Amino acid sequence: MVNGKRVLIIIPALNESGSIADVVGEVRGELPGVDVLVVDDGSTDRTADVAAAAGARVAQLPYNLGVGGAMRLGYRYARDHGYDVAIQIDADGQHDPRYVPKLVDLLDDNDLVIGARFAGEGDYSVRGPRRWAMVMLSAVLSRVARTKLTDTTSGFRAANRRVIEMFARWYPAEYLGDTVETLVHTARRGYRIRQVPVAMRKRMAGTPSHSPAKAMIYLGRAFVVLTLALIRQ
Amino acid sequence: MKLTLVTGLTGLLLLGTIVELLRRRQLREKYGMLWLGVLLVVIPLSLFPRLLDSVAGMLGVASGVSLVLFLGIVFLLLVCVHLSWEVSALEEETRTLAEDFALLRAEIAAERAARDELVSNDG
Repeated sequence: MVNGKRVLIIIPALNESGSIADVVGEVRGELPGVDVLVVDDGSTDRTADVAAAAGARVAQLPYNLGVGGAMRLGYRYARDHGYDVAIQIDADGQHDPRYVPKLVDLLDDNDLVIGARFAGEGDYSVRGPRRWAMVMLSAVLSRVARTKLTDTTSGFRAANRRVIEMFARWYPAEYLGDTVETLVHTARRGYRIRQVPVAMRKRMAGTPSHSPAKAMIYLGRAFVVLTLALIRQ
Repeated sequence: MKLTLVTGLTGLLLLGTIVELLRRRQLREKYGMLWLGVLLVVIPLSLFPRLLDSVAGMLGVASGVSLVLFLGIVFLLLVCVHLSWEVSALEEETRTLAEDFALLRAEIAAERAARDELVSNDG
């Protein structure tokens, strides 16, 4: 329980056996009253075993579906088990669970709360095409959602029952669909979205890619995903 | 004459293939019907290639054969798009199945853990 609400932390994980035990342990240590569900997205390493040993509930997909697929499974689990709040956290340890109560509090007046980097707390910077992609996504999605959104691809989000219900039925599995398209979809249906600044930490394991070519491809894909999301129903 | 023999035999061979696949239940009826329908058009054309010359003339295409070629490419393109669409639908279905499977497996694990705990408490 956090502020009288039943909270489920959903951690989508793909081959994160190096960091998942620490992340689960930290969440359980900081938030004793919440349940943790690790969605193993078809890992080939021991992610599921390690997560279960660390005290998380584990849902294991038979093959890789991508973050969106893993998250819909998480939201279905949350809906079926009657949770009031579902919170997505990355498996690499970059999200600090101490912000969770803040996100839950904001759900009183909002339906979807996003923990955002670049919003004043912590130090996190991006340059080049990735930066342009983020600026484009922020500008368009802020307009659609009628609220200031600076970090639209953040994987740190809290959803209330209404949004859990919607995401359990509909959640895109495609690249960037899990972040960008869900925001457009949610905003268009009149749900209130709000972002809250959070400090991000260094990943416990794994490295982000820095190749300029990949950054350009990312920009292109972000543009396509955004355009499609806007012309879809 | 030789050309008619080649095209006509090809058409009949395709017809045989489709019928055989349908007979062995290797092809869903909806696809089988589609290809049989196509062959119904293609076989007469393979025997009498000049059949469409008048239609081609009306459309401003120089020869009936060119018209068939053009329509054939358009048709194949549509078939490819249709198959992509079918694969997308299939992926969505297998995705839902995979999720169901994972949810059930999680339920079983939870129940087993609960039962083990009961047993160990009794013992």
